[in-house]
Amino acid sequence: MAAILQINNVTKRYSTHTALNDVSISVNEQAVFGLLGPNGAGKTSLIRIINQITGPDKGEILFKNEKLNLKHIEQIGYLPEERGLYKKMPVGEQALYLARLKGLSKAEAKKRLIYWFEKFDMQNWWKKRVDELSKGMQQKVQFIVTVLHEPELLILDEPFSGFDPINAQLIKNEILELRKKGATVIFSTHNMGSVEELCDNIALINKSIKILDGSVKDIRKTFRTNTYKIVFKGNILGFTNALWTGAEIIEKQSDEDIHTITVKLLNGVNSTQMLQAVLPVCQIISFSEIIPSMNDIFIRKVSEGNEALGTKSNYTE
Amino acid sequence: MSKIGLIIGREIKSKLTNKTFIIMTFLTPLIFIGGLALIFWTSMPEKIEQKVEVIDQTGLFASTLKGNEYVSLTFSNESIETAQDNFQKSDFTTILFIFKGSDGNIIPKARLLYKKSPGLAFKTYIRTELERIYYEYKLKANNIDPNIIINARQGLVIDMEKVNENGEIKNAEGVQLFSFAMGLIMMLFILMYGMMVFRSVMEEKTNRIVEVIVSSVRPFELMIGKIIGVAIVGVIQFTITTIITAVLSMVLSGIFLKDISAMKTKFDNQNAVVSKLGINAGAHLSNTEEFKDNQKMFETLDQLQKINFVEVGVYFILFFIGGYLFYSSLLAAIGSAVDSEADSQQFMMPIILPLMIGYFLAIKIMVSPESNAVIIGSFIPFTSPIVMMARIPQGVPAWQVLSSLVILYISFIFTTWLAGKIYRTGILMYGKKTSWREIGKWLFYK
Repeated sequence: MAAILQINNVTKRYSTHTALNDVSISVNEQAVFGLLGPNGAGKTSLIRIINQITGPDKGEILFKNEKLNLKHIEQIGYLPEERGLYKKMPVGEQALYLARLKGLSKAEAKKRLIYWFEKFDMQNWWKKRVDELSKGMQQKVQFIVTVLHEPELLILDEPFSGFDPINAQLIKNEILELRKKGATVIFSTHNMGSVEELCDNIALINKSIKILDGSVKDIRKTFRTNTYKIVFKGNILGFTNALWTGAEIIEKQSDEDIHTITVKLLNGVNSTQMLQAVLPVCQIISFSEIIPSMNDIFIRKVSEGNEALGTKSNYTE
Repeated sequence: MSKIGLIIGREIKSKLTNKTFIIMTFLTPLIFIGGLALIFWTSMPEKIEQKVEVIDQTGLFASTLKGNEYVSLTFSNESIETAQDNFQKSDFTTILFIFKGSDGNIIPKARLLYKKSPGLAFKTYIRTELERIYYEYKLKANNIDPNIIINARQGLVIDMEKVNENGEIKNAEGVQLFSFAMGLIMMLFILMYGMMVFRSVMEEKTNRIVEVIVSSVRPFELMIGKIIGVAIVGVIQFTITTIITAVLSMVLSGIFLKDISAMKTKFDNQNAVVSKLGINAGAHLSNTEEFKDNQKMFETLDQLQKINFVEVGVYFILFFIGGYLFYSSLLAAIGSAVDSEADSQQFMMPIILPLMIGYFLAIKIMVSPESNAVIIGSFIPFTSPIVMMARIPQGVPAWQVLSSLVILYISFIFTTWLAGKIYRTGILMYGKKTSWREIGKWLFYK
């Protein structure tokens, strides 16, 4: 798959700290890309560089294999984390203004706005002032303004904050819909649930350094710990004896004679061998591998990274 | 370029549809003209007729004290007590008692009784007339010809005339107040519209809409669009205000003009008599307070008419544009650096202080128009718009005006560039309290 955006060795320094340190990321076309990292990791700095709000100190960015320049602004849609609207300005007029700033003609912008207002069932908001709308309603307006010019690259920073579950689902569906139509979405969030649900690929940034990237599927596979969950009926003592040194029991739960056990396989034992060992002593009800969630991976990688940087960061700060 | 147009358009529309703005635009000229009219109206002589019963114990005033068109005098020999008792029933509005000294001499002591408080003009009239008559009486009693004194006290006329570099004589006296007013208006305009830019920048920052906008346009374009937009709003507001003021003053002068032209005719007649009779013989006319007041007023009016208003107007616009751009770009930078108006105090000082200095220099111009401080102030861009405007109506060498303008415009290019750098970083900085050092660092961010 071709890359729509290539970030090559980008470094950004502010007077007191480094926001991005030699970060390289490639974002594939027509995919949903998750840009993850704890607060202050440098995500917003990177997003602002892609939007050409600020420039990198080092490195370069290619948009469709072309050096990023001002004409690309109209091909990018950006929903910042800290987003607002003019409070006193009527909704329709405001949406029209923001769309025209992205290069749409007045007539075209109006046509598309009417379509979206109908789709989100907000036709009668046109003449309302923004300070008459609820926060969720304002978020809808902001989302529409972000996608109205049909950008090839959408950058959404924490798009679901402030939405109720129903509207969050609405926006999720729109994101997937837009991807189907050919858009690429960069998606920055702390909500790992939505990462697993939406993202094809991710990059994890911590303390200005990229510490992990790749497809969500592959990453989760790599982080497998050879851990399985087994539910069986039978004698727990017999089960434990049968495992012997091949596995370590991490967790056990019993409900009368039904037992739920989490085991980690040791000494190169594979799942088939383990099953063969325990089959004679119990009746297996279910058996599944535990694949780590993105949340676990996130926490593990970030704390690992912090430990590694621990002495160094104390030194610099 | 078309995006700057959009920004300008939005800026103008949001200001012009703002209720406070509309009210202020229409109210300001009303207050201004209303205030002027009030001052003018209260200073006009009252037209209330006063019927005065004069009880003169001395007998000196019966032949000398005269009434005028609003004051009619009736001399009576009643006793003070009777007159006082009958006063309420009589149709006199005031009673004037003039006392005699206990030794029979005339002493300057009188008493005025009235039903309704008479105006200042009436009181002044009675007082000055009594004083004058007593004064002349005293002179005569000592065998001094009053004309000697009057002639000796003849006011000295000094014509203040400035010769400019072309050898033309320009009358500088009397335009001072006008000049000062120009400087003051310049200061108020710069501050008013500069603050409009400041608020507009801060509004976008605190609304958090700015990040959406700067992902579509470059921050510098946004800042420039804002500054130009507010400037156009300023011009629109200024035009509306001027038109309303002009219309109102035309209407009002229609009301007052009769009085002024009557005064002018009377003054011209008196003036003619004085010049015909010569200073000595005409002294009885030219030495009255009224004549002197009128002389001053019509001289000032004459000199105001000599001011080249077109020249002043053109320079006003040029200096306003330069000064506004200079200050508003700095204010835009400050607006971008702070989170709330309360935080902006420490950054406002360097803006307000030079404006105040300009204002004080404009006052100084009235006292010593060509002092060193004034000349220096007319070249430093922080003060030059105000100081120059306060000097131009009095005549300033062309090279000074031109070099001052060039310095101002070069400086504004520099401040706009500087402000653009601060603005770009400032609008996206939240939460941290900004310091001067911090702002200094922003200048070097990429």
